[in-house]
Amino acid sequence: MNTTLRRLSAVVMAMFLVLMVSTTYIQYVRAGELNEDSRNARKIYRDLGAARGPIVVGDENIVISKEVDDDYGRQRIYAGGKGEVASMYAPITGYFAVTGSVSGLENANNDYLSGRADSLWLDQLQNLITGQTAEGSSVVTTIDPAVQQAAWDALGDYTGAAVALDPKTGAILAMVSKPSYDPNTMAVHDGQEASAAINIAAATTPVVGSLAGEERRSSYSVLHNRTINALYPPGSTFKVFTSAAAIESGKFRADTKVPAPNGYTLTGTQTKVNNFGGYECVAGQSEITLTEALKVSCNSAYLWLGGKVGAEAMGDMFEDFHFDEALEVPLDTTAGTYPGVDNNEGTTTAPIELTGMGQGGVLKLSPLQVAMMTATVANGGTEMQPYLVDEIRDSSLNTVEKTQPDVLGNPISSSTAEDLRAMMTEVVNGEGGSGVNAQIPGVTVAGKTGTAEDPPRQPTLWFTGFAPAEDPQVAVAVVLENAGASTEETASSALAAPVAKAVLEAALQSGSDR
Amino acid sequence: MSLLSERIPQGMQGALQPEENAPGRAAEAVLLVVALVLGLGGLAMVGYTIEGKLPDSFWMNTLVLTGLSLVAHIVLRIRAPYADQVILPAVVLLSVMSLAMITRLQLEGMRLTDAPRHLMWNVVGIVVMCVILVLLRDHRLLRKFTYTAMLAALVLVILPLIPGLGKELNGARIWISVAGFSLQPAEFAKLLFAVFFAGYLVANRDTLALAGKKVLGLQLPRMRDLGPILVVWAVSLTVLVGQKDLGTSLLFFGLFVGMLYLATERGGWVAIGLSMFVIGAFVAWTIFGHVQARVDIWLNPLDQELYERDPGGSFQIVQGMFGMAYGGLFGAGWGEGFSTRIPFAFSDMIYATFGEELGLTGLLGILLVYLVIVQRGMRTAVGVRDGFGKLLAGGLAFVMALQVFVVVGGITQVIPLTGLTLPFMAQGGSSMVANWVVVALLLRISDAARRPSALPTRGQVADVPASTQHPGVEGAIPVGPGASPANREAARQNMPAPSDEKTQMHAPIRDQGGDQA
Repeated sequence: MNTTLRRLSAVVMAMFLVLMVSTTYIQYVRAGELNEDSRNARKIYRDLGAARGPIVVGDENIVISKEVDDDYGRQRIYAGGKGEVASMYAPITGYFAVTGSVSGLENANNDYLSGRADSLWLDQLQNLITGQTAEGSSVVTTIDPAVQQAAWDALGDYTGAAVALDPKTGAILAMVSKPSYDPNTMAVHDGQEASAAINIAAATTPVVGSLAGEERRSSYSVLHNRTINALYPPGSTFKVFTSAAAIESGKFRADTKVPAPNGYTLTGTQTKVNNFGGYECVAGQSEITLTEALKVSCNSAYLWLGGKVGAEAMGDMFEDFHFDEALEVPLDTTAGTYPGVDNNEGTTTAPIELTGMGQGGVLKLSPLQVAMMTATVANGGTEMQPYLVDEIRDSSLNTVEKTQPDVLGNPISSSTAEDLRAMMTEVVNGEGGSGVNAQIPGVTVAGKTGTAEDPPRQPTLWFTGFAPAEDPQVAVAVVLENAGASTEETASSALAAPVAKAVLEAALQSGSDR
Repeated sequence: MSLLSERIPQGMQGALQPEENAPGRAAEAVLLVVALVLGLGGLAMVGYTIEGKLPDSFWMNTLVLTGLSLVAHIVLRIRAPYADQVILPAVVLLSVMSLAMITRLQLEGMRLTDAPRHLMWNVVGIVVMCVILVLLRDHRLLRKFTYTAMLAALVLVILPLIPGLGKELNGARIWISVAGFSLQPAEFAKLLFAVFFAGYLVANRDTLALAGKKVLGLQLPRMRDLGPILVVWAVSLTVLVGQKDLGTSLLFFGLFVGMLYLATERGGWVAIGLSMFVIGAFVAWTIFGHVQARVDIWLNPLDQELYERDPGGSFQIVQGMFGMAYGGLFGAGWGEGFSTRIPFAFSDMIYATFGEELGLTGLLGILLVYLVIVQRGMRTAVGVRDGFGKLLAGGLAFVMALQVFVVVGGITQVIPLTGLTLPFMAQGGSSMVANWVVVALLLRISDAARRPSALPTRGQVADVPASTQHPGVEGAIPVGPGASPANREAARQNMPAPSDEKTQMHAPIRDQGGDQA
């Protein structure tokens, strides 16, 4: 029996080897994944118990951890507990709840805030030697509090969003989403109370304007960051994109004449799309220049132009702008959609013609993407990677990481950008331009309005622009969700342009103070 | 991996001669001190981490455990002086660490944890071990109870099914309630089955292995030889499926197949046994909803729907995984984890609890300690001279390995999770006492295995002085390292088979009667 006994002990050895491997697999190989699982409350205990670092806006620690005498040891406090200010920053900071639910920078930069990021190894080593408790790092945002405040105030009671970028670097200067929520209500240490606050906010969708008088609600809840995680038809702001694709194709220039009838029948269909009011874009002229078409936001011209540029060139440009990608800024952004780009939506001429004027159902962009488009024009055709975190400072306030501006792509040439800059300047400053309400005395503003139909809701209103046109310091995109009146051609100019103007003014003022 | 050298190297032969004095068991004493320091150190750290002071029970625990270890050590010195010196310290280490962990969970107010009672069961276990070592002077005496053991085992497995006596806990009907104590009879049945299989197989191994027909190159036993074992196996499996306890059923079955292989040396039977188990498992999977649920959880524990299902969801195992992941390589430290979040952290999931606080390093250490215990048991089986002792020691060691495999494999998703307990670590009296009995038997057999004997062992033959030579090996041929290959071959052929024959010569058990066949 000794032979079989030896074989059996070899089997036993093999069994234990299997156990050692499986234990190592869970505890070492998969540990990272399991530790980050949102259902793992240990993460919260650990992160709350540690001295979590602050989130900094301007010179102020807008989110801090304060020592309290309970099981968790520390209480996360947003904007000193002031609900209004906390709500203004909520889309950026997110919230940190004891239930394991975390969002915003609290989530995206958790490793830094909790002091566990690899780049903090020096800090960690010091703590190990000196026996100090690990302290989290500060996350310093790129947000300019003056611009943020101006955007917040200017948006008033609208449901919508505003985002401002430094076109030269991609730094995000303002990120406002309305309506918002108070993260302090979610940071309470009573798990049930926190859950209730999160669930209520997640279920709260604002009422938006409807055409038939029936009550319509937004598809996005209060918890959504509307600047990066909400997609809207870009409407006429997309005419900048169509113009860019047209000029890049080499077949068009800013002064090329394009047909501008009082309506346009989509190729291969009986569907006739009228201009606002059914008038010719420029009274008495059947053909106008591209510059004029953009200035008056001529629908018939851009429907025709979309078809001429074609599905392939339009789709390629969409990809060149990286609009089909989700980015990390470090918040996760939502990718935009275009017919035929990563989907099987119709790419026949008719739907592509509709995208020429920013419509058609499939084409959707986030406000950040519209701002990136404008910023690219402002930056001479070079698109910068947008970013929200300027630097990370360790617990002794030494900078451990600083974001270097990074080029995302070069979707258009500098000459095309130059043409578009001139065309967008005409929109705001030209006689009869559609964006005159964005004019700032003493500063040349370039921009574009947008009124995107979204039946059965009221149209979504847009304005995007940059200033000063000669040396752009700031680019902005404003969206007012389903806030327009369909009959009012100038709705976007009347309602969205002033918001954008306020943001631009605040940014220029703040920039000259610096 | 060779557990016992085939031949004893030159110069070592003398060590095998009978000694004047029994060994002092110094190694065991030293190892016991190490085990106690490690375990009680854990207990102290637990108190300091959670309460900032020594646990209230620290000195009492230290006194009781040190005293009992001393008693066990002395009993071994007197009653089993040649017994293996590593098994007892290894088991003490696991028990004391487990006591520290359960104390830690109780300090954080985890429901159902009861460290004093856990200590009490440890005391009972060690006392039972000592009593067995004192009363049972020769393990071969157990052979008398071959069929008694079978009957008792069957009764024990059936007990939980009796209405009013058995109770259902967490979906499995494996408990009986007597005078306020919950008992898991299967833990004792495991022991009794090992005794029965050993006694039965040693008497019938030749008929089992040789008398049957050959089918497809596979020696099949005759029905009438295999009958009793098949009946026992079928009854225990049926009852266990009725009790919905997959782990125990797997344990009994593995024990049966393992010991059958040991006794008959027929690898084909292992294949038959494994395929029978696979078929049985598949049938169980098709028929029983709770088995399907277990398999679903095994395959995809992180699935949100399974995670939220209650009862019968993956919450428990996923919490265990989270705990282990949190422990990482070196663990959070005694008392620093969040193990109270793991359901049954003190019993079914204690492995994950240790993973959280002692890390991968700690778990690999624990596995190695188990491996040492099991392999020492196996080595005992190799060393002991009688077939019954070989089968019993091999079976008991294997069943412990299997139990560790089923529990740890369940927690780490090698196999579906079942309701078995980790020997010496999980809170629970039945498991604790039953496994101390296993240790007692292994120590008793190892004493017999290592006790110097007038009988020659292989390779020793040539150097045994003529005066001590047994008549059976007259005309021995030299087979030391210097011997020629021809001599060795001749010696091999001349050598008596080191099994039952000698047993019979030195142990006239059969003459005393008994109930074996």
